[in-house]
Amino acid sequence: MPRKLPMYKAISEAIAQEMERDENVFVMGEDIGAYGGIFGATSGLLEKFGPERVKDTPISESAFIGAALGAASKGMRPIVELMFVDFFGVAMDQIYNHIAKAHYMSGGQVKMPVVIMTAMGGGYSDAAQHSQCLYGLFAHVPGLKIVIPSNSYDAKGLMISAIRDDNPVMYFFHKGLMGLGWMPSPPEAAVEVPEEPYTVPIGEAKIVREGDDVTIVAVAKMVYEALWAAEELEKEGISAEVIDLRTLVPLDRKAILDSVKKTGRLVVVDEDYRSYGMSGEVIATVVENGVSLEVPPVRIAYPDVPVPYSRVLERYVLPDKEKIINAVKTII
Amino acid sequence: MAKLEEIPKETLLEIYKRMHKIRTYEETLAEWYYKEKSPRFDISAGPIPGELHLSSGQESAAVGVCMHLKPEDALIGTHRAHHFAIAKGVDLKKMTAEIFGKATGLSGGKGGHMHLFDAKYNFSCSGIVGASFPQAVGVGIAAKLKGEDYVAVAVGGDGAANQGTFHEALNLAAIWKLPVIFVIEDNSWAISVPKEKSTAVSKNSERAAAYGIPGVSVDGMDVIAVYEVAKEAIERARRGEGPSLIEIKVYRLRGHFEGDPQHYRPKEDLELAKQKDPLLNFEKMLLEKGIVTEEELNKIKEENIKEVQEAIDFAVNSPYPEPEEALKGVFAGGE
Ligand SMILES: Cc1ncc(C[n+]2csc(CCOP(=O)(O)OP(=O)(O)O)c2C)c(N)n1
Repeated sequence: MPRKLPMYKAISEAIAQEMERDENVFVMGEDIGAYGGIFGATSGLLEKFGPERVKDTPISESAFIGAALGAASKGMRPIVELMFVDFFGVAMDQIYNHIAKAHYMSGGQVKMPVVIMTAMGGGYSDAAQHSQCLYGLFAHVPGLKIVIPSNSYDAKGLMISAIRDDNPVMYFFHKGLMGLGWMPSPPEAAVEVPEEPYTVPIGEAKIVREGDDVTIVAVAKMVYEALWAAEELEKEGISAEVIDLRTLVPLDRKAILDSVKKTGRLVVVDEDYRSYGMSGEVIATVVENGVSLEVPPVRIAYPDVPVPYSRVLERYVLPDKEKIINAVKTII
Repeated sequence: MAKLEEIPKETLLEIYKRMHKIRTYEETLAEWYYKEKSPRFDISAGPIPGELHLSSGQESAAVGVCMHLKPEDALIGTHRAHHFAIAKGVDLKKMTAEIFGKATGLSGGKGGHMHLFDAKYNFSCSGIVGASFPQAVGVGIAAKLKGEDYVAVAVGGDGAANQGTFHEALNLAAIWKLPVIFVIEDNSWAISVPKEKSTAVSKNSERAAAYGIPGVSVDGMDVIAVYEVAKEAIERARRGEGPSLIEIKVYRLRGHFEGDPQHYRPKEDLELAKQKDPLLNFEKMLLEKGIVTEEELNKIKEENIKEVQEAIDFAVNSPYPEPEEALKGVFAGGE
């Protein structure tokens, strides 16, 4: 039976159901036990499954993320939480040189069904080491699948898909979409979620609003900024199509191309840094496939600066509805 | 170990002053933090947004160590750094303005509570657990290469001692005999994970043995004990005899961060923390031994309350930075 769930509950429900279904699934990370995860993604799991399968770890990311590789090599399906994606540095070697490459380098002998879930995003003045998105950085590395849900339905379905996938999947959740009591979240992110397990395919984008004049591509929280912008634009007679990519690797290039063929205009909204990232990849996809645009594409992304602390500074650089509206108006 | 009576009275008063200032500061900041965050707690609302990690209960660690430091000595702190910043001498007004995100702050509002930088006092800290240890090693290298006699103190919590950086840095400092003091501030918790469930040895000071350097464990309830242990380690480093590790047992009086429900924490643990208050303990000792009078302490308290209030007023009344500032300063030598 569907009921409305906040994203954090949808994620923990997905993990619980997979742990029930498959005894090889277990979870490791800092504060994922009694605390239930700082962002609630593992709430209730310790009570259900006990400390052997829901392991609170020391602050030793290199060790426990590396350990996920070892466990996966023996047929386990570990889920590890990297509390904030900003902390990747202390464990990156295990992620990008080992977990990402083991299948390829072993000539296919080794499978890496590891889920690395991690919190991303800013907007609440947590400054440069706790507010980044960084998914572009991981998407750059061959061998890692990247999923980024924007609502609780996708959050549950993508988590189940990620756990069942035989490849390493980086699962990014935006803090500002989780529906936690202490951090504002758009109410639209908490949607109806079926009680029974289901999957959302990895690699399929979703058109979350149809339109004819311009295509707006986004992920995570920026999907809502884009939708809110589209609503306002409609009042002025501009019809915007909004695509929620949901997965960066593999990227649903067809969805992007089909939409841009129809609208002839492209705006990419990215809360990650602007250069060398998701926004560039989406635009390259369009250009490489020879789809002609009426006007050059526009990207609204985090400028290439570290995330500032002060609220006025952070607001200035964070992409939002107003910036999207202005950008669309300049190309129509 | 020196007795209380053997330490000059002005030193004792200075220790008390710094500890009391830290406590006053942290409790005042907490009040400001919750402004506009009620009735519903919203981390992004109010005059101090973002996370806030306060250090009430841990003052003895900062003061006991920093009493021996000069401005040119480096101190590299953690996400919980206000007590070390204050004890090291960082400008309270500018620090507070930074925490309020104002243009007059240490970093013009770009760094914030977890990223306080004060080059004048060689103070820095960061939000990445375990980052301080190798950085202090580098300061030690600089001191040696330049032939200067400053030292570096790296601070980490008991949780941080489980980072690879801790072990790599200890080894480096040991083989190169660098003037570095590693301080582990053990409050028994890494957010919700108790030390006994995360750390294979009961005392982090024992880990020093693995790197052939001295390791001492000291009770932070007694600031004078911390003062003495730190003195020895810092003098040793200044004499060129290499690094040491100090573990200071303290108690966390508040949540990990403000807003932490602490549902994981047994009530007895919080009660224990309250009983182990190093500030009250020191105050009691000073009075019982007749070293100071109530009046003397009250005078210090009043001065501290005034200074903290001035810092808050300065921060509150300062302007926010111009938004365009966000785009400037990524690289040195230009925009
Ligand atoms: C590399 C890294 N991993 C995880 C975190 C999240 N985190 C912040 S503080 C903290 C606990 C730190 O515990 P401890 O070192 O004992 O210091 P305390 O907070 O008790 O002062 C954790 C896990 C982080 N900031 N950096």
